[in-house]
This record gives sequence, C-alpha cells and structure tokens, in this order.
Amino acid sequence: MTPAVPKKIMSWDSQKTGMPVRAAYEHPFLVRLCHWINSVSLLVLIASGLRIFRAFPSFGPKIPQVDLVNIPKQLTLGGWLGGALQWHFTFIWIYMVTGALYIAYEIFSRNYRQVLFMPRDIRGVWPMAKHYFFFGRKPELNEPYNPLQKLAYTSAVGLGVLSVLTGLVLYRPVQFSFLAVLMGGFHYARIWHFAVMLGFLAFIGGHLVMVLLHGWNNFISMLSGWKKNPEYLREP
Amino acid sequence: MEERTSEKRAKQIRRREILKLSPVVLLGAFAIPTVQDSLLKAGLGFHDWVSAKLFRRGHLAPTFSDAEVVPFEKFPINGYDVADPGVDLDAWTLKVTGDVRKPGEYTLAQIQALPRQRQNTKHICVEGWDVIGRFGGARLVDFLDFVGADRNSRFVFVECADDYYTTIDMATARHEQSLLCYEMYDRPLTREHGAPVRLSIPTKIGYKNAKYLTRMHITSVLTKNGYWEDQGYSNYYGL
Repeated sequence: MTPAVPKKIMSWDSQKTGMPVRAAYEHPFLVRLCHWINSVSLLVLIASGLRIFRAFPSFGPKIPQVDLVNIPKQLTLGGWLGGALQWHFTFIWIYMVTGALYIAYEIFSRNYRQVLFMPRDIRGVWPMAKHYFFFGRKPELNEPYNPLQKLAYTSAVGLGVLSVLTGLVLYRPVQFSFLAVLMGGFHYARIWHFAVMLGFLAFIGGHLVMVLLHGWNNFISMLSGWKKNPEYLREP
Repeated sequence: MEERTSEKRAKQIRRREILKLSPVVLLGAFAIPTVQDSLLKAGLGFHDWVSAKLFRRGHLAPTFSDAEVVPFEKFPINGYDVADPGVDLDAWTLKVTGDVRKPGEYTLAQIQALPRQRQNTKHICVEGWDVIGRFGGARLVDFLDFVGADRNSRFVFVECADDYYTTIDMATARHEQSLLCYEMYDRPLTREHGAPVRLSIPTKIGYKNAKYLTRMHITSVLTKNGYWEDQGYSNYYGL
C-alpha cells in the first residue's frame, strides 16, 4: 500500500519572491472541528476529573485512607465534587460525540490511511526517534505523518476509547458489569481511568512540544487545513 | 488534483477554512458565569435521562462471597451531620404518605415480618471509594406492595431523622436487590449505620442509601430531590 497523501493541492507563485508555493489540504474540516472541540473537552475532563479525584485521592481502602497525592486546587475545575461531576458529565458527551464523529469520518473518508499506525510503520519509528531525541539525521518523508507521529496519534485515539470504557465502568459498574469484570471491577477501573489520564498528559506534553518546534506553518494548518510546502510535495 | 491559483485567492481559501471553525467558539459559553450554571444543569439532566434509560430492571448488581466482605469496623461511616441523631428506637415508626392505599405509620416489627433478604453487595461512594458489606432487610418492593404504593408513581422520596432526604426512582425502588435494610453483618443496624432502618440499594450511588429513615413519600411530583441532589449532585446516579 502506498502512503496516503492529501488529494487536494493548490499552487501559486509568491508575489514577494516569485518562488512557486504548493499547499496540501492535510486536515479536512471535520478533523479540524473535532480536534479543537475534543481538545477543549479533554482539558475540561482532565481538570474536573482531578477535582473528582481530590475527593478521595487514594487507590486503597477507605479505612485506613492513605492519600496518594494532593492535587493543587488551582489545577482543577468545578470548585467542589458536585460541580466537578457536572462538568465531567456534561463534557463527556461533547467528547464522545466529537470522538465518534472523528473515528467515523476517518474510516469512511479513508483518511485514516494518513494517520493510522500500521505494521509497515514499525521500522520507521526508531530512525525518527533517533532524529528527535539524539539529533540523528532526519529520515525522508513522503507522506504527511512520520511513523512516530502515526504511533502517537493512533495511541491517542486508543487512549480516548479506553478513557470512555474505563469511565463507563466507574459511572455504571452494575449496568456495564461485563466491562467491569474485564477491568477487575470498579476499584481497578478507577486505577485504569487514572492511568489513561496520565497517558493523555504524556501525549499532550509531547504534542505541544512538537507543535512549538515545528512552527507557525504547521500550527496554522490545523486551523486552515492547508499546509504550505510540505516535505512530501517537493518538486520531483 | 492540483489547482493553480493566485496568492490572494489561496489566502482567501485558507482564511475561509479558518472561519468555518467558528462554531468551536460556542464552547466559550461555558466560561460565561450567568450561562454556565444552566448549561451544566442541562448537561447533568441529559446525563441522568440517559442513565435512567440504561437501567435494566432484571439485571443484578454483583454479589460477593463472605470472604470478600470487609470487616464490620472497616465499613466507613459517612454521616453528613451527626453520627447519631438520637432516634428513640422503641417508639420509632416509618411514616408512609403519598400515592399509597394504606398510608400510616409502620413499625419495625411489621417491616421485619416481610421476607428477609441478606446479600453481600458493594457500596460505592461518590467520592470514589468502594466497600463490600453484608446487608439484610426486607425487599423495598415487598414493603411498597405491602403498603399499596402506586407502582405508576415515579418516585420514592425518603426523609431521615437527621434531616437528610433523598429520592429513588420507582424502577430502582422495585429492583429485587433494593433493601429496606435493618441489619448489617447479620446484626441489627447500629446507630452510626442508620438504626433502625436505612436504605441499601446496590444499584445506586452511596448518597442514595439514606440512613435513619423516618418517612417515605410516594409521589410523581418532587418539590425537592435530596440533600446533596439539591446542591447539584445527580438526582438519578444509578450504578
């Protein structure tokens, strides 16, 4: 299977330099819309989730209670447990709708080929990691996302699915008892839910660093959809 | 397909694409203090509505072996106010009002005369902790039938000696594991666990399992929902 590259491409001549510019429509509208709504939702869910966790900041028994960590109130949302639950239970719907919309769109538009991490991407992960972390030579790229990006974005979608499934068990351990059993019951589901959140924090941290490192053209493409002069569009 | 265009036109296209994202700004409504509260209430209301739809009448909460039950002294006591509201256990009755054929005051002996059910179930607190305990009592559905409660009424509203109050939806109240609980660990309820009678409903979150019951009101119209619920907690919160 050849790498999927955006089909919509436009080109023009820069008035300033006279140089030709080519731009690819990398991020379809629905992907951008879901990205931004979902990222706001995710932040709200994490912040309110941390406030919920503050009510019992432990993974052990209630008696005796051993607190794991004291999360500063300033990092949380909702003010009190009841308020945080309202935020959490409201934004989970926005999060699930945009998440489901995104996944459905990726599948039906076949856009997933651009971003889904596949077995053939495995061998490209290490060279890319070497480039990012150890200043190795940058591997050549003939598609929008490099293997490491695909791995990160595919994992993020996986985390999204896991966050919903573990959350379902926390909110409905009886009605979703089959899921609860898979996770080792309510008590463990709470640990997995927290672990998924930590996974998201790691992803968000890495993602933001990469966004900063890759500059304006890359950032604005997540708003306009168009990326100017991407590497894979170099003149033959 | 590659389209030749001008720089101006390309800029226009990209600007239009950015503007198409403007609906995202609507999320900002959640940051407006005056609107925020009603938006979150609506969100919680929708959540509760879906939750009620998810409830399966015949689906049982997991039960556990005696070995999995925590020792009695490790079962947390979460009173909102006082550990002992000073109920006169000898004079205690449960007042039943509302949509019932036989309203009146019912004694503990009358409740205990109904078939007794003992079960090891998990009590889950909204704070996040969970504990497996052993509960015994009359099935709430048996008591509701005993007093002739209208099963088409929507809610069972309960009041407690410590001024706590809460609401159970009728479908949950009639669930076979919902108990009018007068025993924990095969012994009469102790005062701090809600003597003489409390609710034990393994398909509901902890704060719905009210202690020190004094009155039960069967109704379809609620003027208030519950001590915590009226402060913003979910009024359905089933498990």
